[in-house]
Amino acid sequence: MNPFIEIITQPDNIAIVIMILMVSFFMVWAFQQAFQNDKLKSAGYAVDGELDKDVDTFKPLVRIELLISLAVMLFLTVWSIVVDAPLEEIANPTLTPNPAKAPWYFLGLQELLVYFDPWLAGVVLPSLIVVGLIAIPYIDINPKGNGYYTFSERKYSILIFSFGFFVLWLLLIVIGVFDRGPGWLWYWPWQEWDIQRVVYEPTRDLSNLVGIESRSLPGFIIGAVVVGAYMIGGMIWPYKYWQKKNPEMLQQLGMTRYVTIVFLFITMMSVPIKMILRLVFLVKYVWITPWFNV
Amino acid sequence: MNDLFNKVKKNLIWKSVFRRDYRDNVRDRALAIFGNVFLHLHPVKVRESAVKLRYTWGMGGITFLAFIILTITGVVLMFYYHPTVDQAYSDMKDLEFQVPYGVITRNLHRWGAHFMVIVVMIHMFRVFMTGSYKAPRQFNWGIGVILLVLTFLLSFTGYLLPWDQLGFWAITVGTNMGAATPLLGYQGPFSEYLHITPYNDVRFALLGGAIVGGNALLRSYIWHCIAIPLIATILMVVHFWRVRKDGGISRPQNN
Ligand code: HEM
Repeated sequence: MNPFIEIITQPDNIAIVIMILMVSFFMVWAFQQAFQNDKLKSAGYAVDGELDKDVDTFKPLVRIELLISLAVMLFLTVWSIVVDAPLEEIANPTLTPNPAKAPWYFLGLQELLVYFDPWLAGVVLPSLIVVGLIAIPYIDINPKGNGYYTFSERKYSILIFSFGFFVLWLLLIVIGVFDRGPGWLWYWPWQEWDIQRVVYEPTRDLSNLVGIESRSLPGFIIGAVVVGAYMIGGMIWPYKYWQKKNPEMLQQLGMTRYVTIVFLFITMMSVPIKMILRLVFLVKYVWITPWFNV
Repeated sequence: MNDLFNKVKKNLIWKSVFRRDYRDNVRDRALAIFGNVFLHLHPVKVRESAVKLRYTWGMGGITFLAFIILTITGVVLMFYYHPTVDQAYSDMKDLEFQVPYGVITRNLHRWGAHFMVIVVMIHMFRVFMTGSYKAPRQFNWGIGVILLVLTFLLSFTGYLLPWDQLGFWAITVGTNMGAATPLLGYQGPFSEYLHITPYNDVRFALLGGAIVGGNALLRSYIWHCIAIPLIATILMVVHFWRVRKDGGISRPQNN
């Protein structure tokens, strides 16, 4: 069989295909409504829902809930009749599968292991994702766009969230499911997996680029300076920029919020930055210390 | 036909169950909601936009439905399953070959779990896109994030239970991350200062041992079937309560 068809029809991967279809559908629907509301608003009309009246819960809401429930149950029943849940060989601690993949919703994190050490990819970044998500309502002080779809009134928050959600979370999952084979090497879905394949990929650390041994004291200092400059510069530069452009907004935000937002943002952006460093410049570590490597 | 209908409705048992007739008037439409313990989750009246599919996509409700389906099929599966290294895998085989409707029950549970993870993410996306986390719903968004994490953990702890290669290695890979926790995992930065070893670190606590074995299976089982569902149920109760107390489904402020 065509390896592409084979890989997307594997029972557990069907869920991923369904996820891609559903997420794409709702993404389009959300943005379509957002742009429509923006158009209405700029033409001076009420946005969708603004003029709505109250209606009885019984029956309009109860009816639609019943219909959706029936549809969902029908869908799951058909899915369960058509596709059987797989059961692999009995657990065998001496036989490591290659690749050993985490459940699909954690594959984004497993993918991060290519670019970060486990303490960052598996512990620190996931914790920051959760903390960051919970923090969203408290750091986004834009009062507009509450209770309707809109894009123009919340451009930045929507762009940042969408980048995190669609690219850093969902795209990495899809890559992990469909494009990672033995040795966590890249395979296109139509390529045959090859257990023997070894890719020799020379990697170096950042300070090697300027000819300094990364495990030496000068290398350590260079790494510390680069990481420090990224964190501190990332804090100060947007502050200066906004101070000129929009000082009232900074005022409203306050210091605590500003620091939280920028910290979360530069942490998030460190993911694509390290990906590029690794994939384009073959840089493995930016900073090597006796205790941990970044 | 109508006669039969009326006879049934006059029947003592019918009356004892439904307590009163339903006439299509304001009072009875309201009573239909708050006279029923389940429907009572709803307010008697809702904003039109809360009924329109295009606004909420029904995603929170669908997530809840998935949770209920998983609870029911999960209880059925529990009747046939022993969380021990000796029996777990053969119980799965029994489900496949011996137990009536075992296959479809297991399928429903497996695909329902995938489905719940998908729809809870879409629910979060909807809530974000409609800005529904903004005041006064900040706290409920936080509850939601915890529910999202619990949904992942429910699915993750269930992975090990069949005791097959897939689950075993997925849990091995996953819990190895715990070993990398700064300070508290034996491979994590700075842990040597706290005298952390493979036998007293986070991973050990998760697995009930240094390897994925019988204790890990039992721990997964208890987290999966009892502890996490209990916590998630409580948080869902709070979540739904807050949806109402925060003024129902969000909508544009008309002023
Ligand atoms: C087990 C998981 C969850 C269940 C069962 C659940 C259920 C629900 C339900 C039934 C509603 C009513 C409106 C609707 O259907 O959209 C709702 C609303 C809401 N949910 Fe969830 N939810 C879950 C997870 C989440 C997550 C992950 C978030 C966000 C991170 C979240 C945030 C909210 C908020 C802020 C509202 C109010 C929305 C509004 O007023 O428009 N929930 N949830």
